[in-house]
Amino acid sequence: MTRSISINGQSQEVDVDDDMPMLWVLRDVCGLTGTKYGCGIAMCGACTIHVDGAARRSCVTPVQLIGGAQVRTVEALHESEVGRALQRAWRELEVPQCGYCQSGQLMSAAALLTTNTTPSDAEIDAVMAGNICRCGTYGRIRAGIKLAGSYLGKQQPSTTAAGSHG
Amino acid sequence: MSTVPNLSRRNFLVASLVGGSSLMIGFSLGSRAQAPSPPPTPNAFIKIDPQGRVTLFMPYVEMGQGAYTSQAQIVAEELEVDPAAMILEAAPADERLYASPLLGGQITGGSLSLRGAWLSMRSAGAAARMMLIEAAARKWQVRSGSCRAENGRVIHTASKRSLGYGELTQAAARLPVPQSPVLKNPKDFRVVGKPTPRVDTPEKINGQAKYGMDVRPEGVRYAIVSASPVFNGKVASIDDSAAMAVKGVRQIVRLDNAVAVVADNTWAARKGLNALKVTWDEGTNRGVSTADLVAAADAALERDGLIALNTGDVRKAEAAAANRYEQVFRLPMLAHAAMEPLNCTLHVTSERCEVWCGSQVVGRAQKAAAEGTGLPLDKVVVHNLFLGGGFGRRLEHDYVLQAARIAKQVQGPVKVIWTREEDMQHDYYRYHNHSRVTVGLDAAGRPVSWRHRVVGPNIMERFLPVYQKDGIDLDIVDCASGPYDIPNVFVDFSRNEPPKGLACGNWRGVGPTRNVFIVESVIDDLAHRAKQDPIEYRRSLLSKAPRARAALDLVAEKSNWSTPLAPGRGRGVAVFEGFGSHLALVAETHVSPSGVVRVERVVCAVDTGLVVNPDIVRAQIEGGITFGVSAALREHVTVANGRVQQANFDSYQVLRMHEAPQVEVHIVASNEAPGGVGEPGTSGAIAAVANAVFAATGKRVTTLPIQLGLSQEARA
Repeated sequence: MTRSISINGQSQEVDVDDDMPMLWVLRDVCGLTGTKYGCGIAMCGACTIHVDGAARRSCVTPVQLIGGAQVRTVEALHESEVGRALQRAWRELEVPQCGYCQSGQLMSAAALLTTNTTPSDAEIDAVMAGNICRCGTYGRIRAGIKLAGSYLGKQQPSTTAAGSHG
Repeated sequence: MSTVPNLSRRNFLVASLVGGSSLMIGFSLGSRAQAPSPPPTPNAFIKIDPQGRVTLFMPYVEMGQGAYTSQAQIVAEELEVDPAAMILEAAPADERLYASPLLGGQITGGSLSLRGAWLSMRSAGAAARMMLIEAAARKWQVRSGSCRAENGRVIHTASKRSLGYGELTQAAARLPVPQSPVLKNPKDFRVVGKPTPRVDTPEKINGQAKYGMDVRPEGVRYAIVSASPVFNGKVASIDDSAAMAVKGVRQIVRLDNAVAVVADNTWAARKGLNALKVTWDEGTNRGVSTADLVAAADAALERDGLIALNTGDVRKAEAAAANRYEQVFRLPMLAHAAMEPLNCTLHVTSERCEVWCGSQVVGRAQKAAAEGTGLPLDKVVVHNLFLGGGFGRRLEHDYVLQAARIAKQVQGPVKVIWTREEDMQHDYYRYHNHSRVTVGLDAAGRPVSWRHRVVGPNIMERFLPVYQKDGIDLDIVDCASGPYDIPNVFVDFSRNEPPKGLACGNWRGVGPTRNVFIVESVIDDLAHRAKQDPIEYRRSLLSKAPRARAALDLVAEKSNWSTPLAPGRGRGVAVFEGFGSHLALVAETHVSPSGVVRVERVVCAVDTGLVVNPDIVRAQIEGGITFGVSAALREHVTVANGRVQQANFDSYQVLRMHEAPQVEVHIVASNEAPGGVGEPGTSGAIAAVANAVFAATGKRVTTLPIQLGLSQEARA
């Protein structure tokens, strides 16, 4: 059926089955290929998107559950303060290798930093354990999250509220 | 391209004018020492256009190892341009033109991209620089020695006149190519050895980087493929009525050993595949299990192998030895599990075919597409995209051949996707590897003889025959005796192939990944039995390996080797020479009372010769170590009823963020030729972790993955 969903701030009409996961709506229907397929069962995190600011595995999120929620993908990461801070830190620390998992890593990290700009190692682990990187960039991802958090801390002394995208 | 053959036979440098205005320097990336005669054709190119833009056409692919950035740095150094302004283009598929100098094929692997290209790339950059300077000097009627090149311009030092490279391309192309270009003194390097931003990072953090999986030619359809779950099985029959009824499903393609559902989108294809009823002819492998495979490898341990190394007289030394040590090691099957599942997109017409994929072997991908479609090679165009991980899996071209056979039956472009489950159950696995090491010891506990029987498949016979000699896979016996002073060494290779249809191939670190673990476990055990410190024991045996010994000394210092650790913790060391590099690693582990191993820290000292990009070296070693820790602690593939039992990241567990060690990499300064860094971290990490587990528990690891106490039962 045809439905209207909000993706990266724009309303899009899509004609897809109710049960189609957002991963394939984004990639095959909308052409937003930054969101990656890695496992299809929410075990690797490569497909992470934001639904109303919260990190969701798009491979197991059927389009019918989206309703009027705001969907955001890595293509719009730079539109938020948190996203820009993460991209800057990722560049400065040269985090990516093959890069395939990094969209998901960044989206998970963005959701974390949006609620907490000074996460502890345990808080980083709790959120990021769901994102696999086979190239082994974990150490740089951890450092990148902390560095990005430090940029946000300087610009915004108090932690920002959840869902502050855009 | 109009080639003006200004050929230098020594460096195989060719200059030409392209499109009437761009200077093109073609060069050959060296040659293997044993090759009969180097090809007189260039296989890499530097182009300078009238705007002064520099494009580098290289035959190596970018799979996360930083090849593009490092190669740009090398050429930019000699050419005196800004590496960040250079454009990197992957060479098209052509085995004849773009064969790797060290591997003899258009292959990116073996940590060899830089090792094969380093001097040739410098020479080409230097030759171009000299020709541009000469062209400017002639224009100004001054001596070329009074001019210099800087940041894409030639400057006459005395008069401060200058010309951009773009203004000199036509004049330079008419000059002879220098026979022996003058290379810069490494002390004058301003780009090589300095951290330089990776050229591929910006697009990998905003979703714009295009991997094979991301290709969407106009009108593309999506195919999900499923090969026989029992290896070497065939399709007996299919009932496609339910599958064709799924909305969006367009076509079912049947191959000899696989089926594919073609649909308007991936989800419809997946649902269609779920609805497709396939009856498989499971063939002769239906009863095969891991126990059978392990038993076959054990049986091969009892067979004399082909002699790979025989120095001194091991038999005599063993007879005279004061003591004898023997240990058997068993390594499991492993999957690659690169984050991007295999995929290949093709558009086949009656005349030609276009292919989009991520491959470490672009030339072979082209041949596979030609074979699968029945088209002549020159009608097949391959577009190689970013690789979402290689680790050896994308050295194979099976998925391209299969996709071509499917695409041939489909109107219009089709993207053939392997699900994660398909990717994991139809890998070219690192196969079962067993070893027996027998050491003769003198009264002081020093080794006087080393006998190592290596059991595993001969991958190179199929994959790269030049790496095979007299029936011996030279890779699988690489690093089988270590860098130590042992006067009598005997290594033999007892070949053990998997059952037909169970594919095995190269896995990150290949031969050294198995052998460094084995050699370093034995040496560690010998140190323990001699009641000596593991580093001191190794040091005393490294007189012929000064670079490895220096790395060992550095890692001892950086890891605080001699400071005590709390109970339950242990430090383990490994040192080796491999891939043209010299490494020493110390791992620190914590082992819980129930036997759960956590690797907390890994410190690595690496001498990899002259370092082109220190941050890329660090990143590759960090990643390689993490890959090795993952294999040491978690990874194994098992077979039951002819089927691989692991299917996704729930059953094939890999290291995650919360389990990853803190990794420190210390680089030893060196002006020797660059070594490889993509793989050695993996080889070294497995060994250091196993020895750290011994230090923490007193239990010697002889079987991977490491299984202690309760965690063993949890896995069974």
